Amino acid sequence: MNREDFPMLRNDLIYFDNGATTLKPQCVINEITNYYENYSANAHRGDYDISRKVDELYEETRDDVKDFINASRREEIIFTKGTTESMNMIIFGFMKNYLQKDDEVLITKTEHASNVLPWYTLEKEIGIKVKFIPLEDYEVTIDNVKKSINDKTKVISLAWVTNTIGDIRPIKEITKVAHDNNILMVVDGAQSVPHFKTDVLDNDIDFLAFSAHKMLGPTGVGVLYGKKDYLEQMLPLNYGGGMNSFFESDKSLEYKPLPYRLEAGTMNISGILAFRKALSYLKEIGMDKITNYEHELKDYLIKRLREIDNIEVYNENTKSGIVLFNIKNVFSEDTSQYLNHYHVCVRAGNHCAKMVKDELIIKNTCRISLYFYNTKEEIDKFIKIMKGNKDIFKVII
Amino acid sequence: MDSNLRREIIVDNYQNPTNKKAIDDKDFVTASTISDSCIDNITLFVKFKDNIIKDIYFDGEACAITTSATSIMIKKLIGKTIDEAEELMNNYYNMIDEKEYSEEELGELNAYNEIYKQPNRKKCAIFPFETLKKAIEKYKMNN
Repeated sequence: MNREDFPMLRNDLIYFDNGATTLKPQCVINEITNYYENYSANAHRGDYDISRKVDELYEETRDDVKDFINASRREEIIFTKGTTESMNMIIFGFMKNYLQKDDEVLITKTEHASNVLPWYTLEKEIGIKVKFIPLEDYEVTIDNVKKSINDKTKVISLAWVTNTIGDIRPIKEITKVAHDNNILMVVDGAQSVPHFKTDVLDNDIDFLAFSAHKMLGPTGVGVLYGKKDYLEQMLPLNYGGGMNSFFESDKSLEYKPLPYRLEAGTMNISGILAFRKALSYLKEIGMDKITNYEHELKDYLIKRLREIDNIEVYNENTKSGIVLFNIKNVFSEDTSQYLNHYHVCVRAGNHCAKMVKDELIIKNTCRISLYFYNTKEEIDKFIKIMKGNKDIFKVII
Repeated sequence: MDSNLRREIIVDNYQNPTNKKAIDDKDFVTASTISDSCIDNITLFVKFKDNIIKDIYFDGEACAITTSATSIMIKKLIGKTIDEAEELMNNYYNMIDEKEYSEEELGELNAYNEIYKQPNRKKCAIFPFETLKKAIEKYKMNN
């Protein structure tokens, strides 16, 4: 749907790598230029008209993000560079002070690097213990969460949807179990917020991180959501302009209140304003409509892939728009090169979640990640190309 | 090189690679490379004696280009002195980078003479050689 709004789709291209980044609609692209052409001023400096206008638009974007994920307060929304920066702020700005030696953090082996490496680093720095919730058929079950919890468990940190297997975690139930045991819930929403309705209040999660560029927005913009009480305790990782109220030569100083305290320096203003357009674009289509359409597409893709003898699909039953597959006895990168020849973009490899190989047996796969502008016609073309895979080496060598 | 011959050399070395076996022997120097794009990874097991490459095995998971180039490299370099191996490598890199090179010396490695047309595969063609450089460095440091 809405293909005419995406300039990239005018090219001869089948874009199936939406888990990596999504294409941008014209309104988002235009807003970046609009900022630079018509009100290119810094935010929070409002002594003249265009600067005040930037301030207004910037803060209205914050309100729109708040509404998009149903947060209760605007100061709970912090703009960042992306999910990775948001996760690092949660872990080094808050958890580093909140946790003590021997406290335990639960993650899984299918997390993205940005929900693994900061924790590993904190383990080295302050002696927390990072533990893995065992998976069943690649998925997190409430039973296994309960079994993994002990007196030392202080945090559960999970992707809502994994970028590898595409399984959707029962976050509301997990959060309930976490809170019953005085455990904080951190959620990596990079692969979930773009694809289904997010409600941080209803799910009662404590921290959420996500990226604009995976939901039609520009690169270099992300969001950190945190409950106000926790954000109040978060130490900035960056100090400087925009985050202080005053500082003197006698070293006295005062930082600004939330959210500004956590947004030091000039932010990616054009990106943030363009992100607003992405949010209203998604809202206009309707997140439920997007979710349902993606399910329909995935079911169709799986059904059609079954027509081909030498294709292995690894995650038929997961509920997101992510499909992992290989051509039997062909290395995933060779398959992606073959598809590239026909201008089909898929990702090959282990998708930045390097421990997945412990769970999935097969190390490297091709990944299709769908979005609402993909179509059944594109899937038909893809299937036709895949049916010709016997000639793969004639094409790629 | 004729494209059918090129394909035949690459596919044959990919599907039936030379010396693909992990070696657990302290006489072998090991060196590994994992690609930046998180896909290919290979480990070489190299036996040196008196500056001569006596034997090479490899293990790992990699694409057709990397695997075949590793297989051909192994065939070309067993029995060569380190100096000869380095000279052959230079020659091969010259071909990959579209500089002047001697076709004669490269034999089956000429199968990659048009890899520059696919810039994203260049890294695959030099992957085994980058790994071998690490093994040679390790050997030189200890001898």
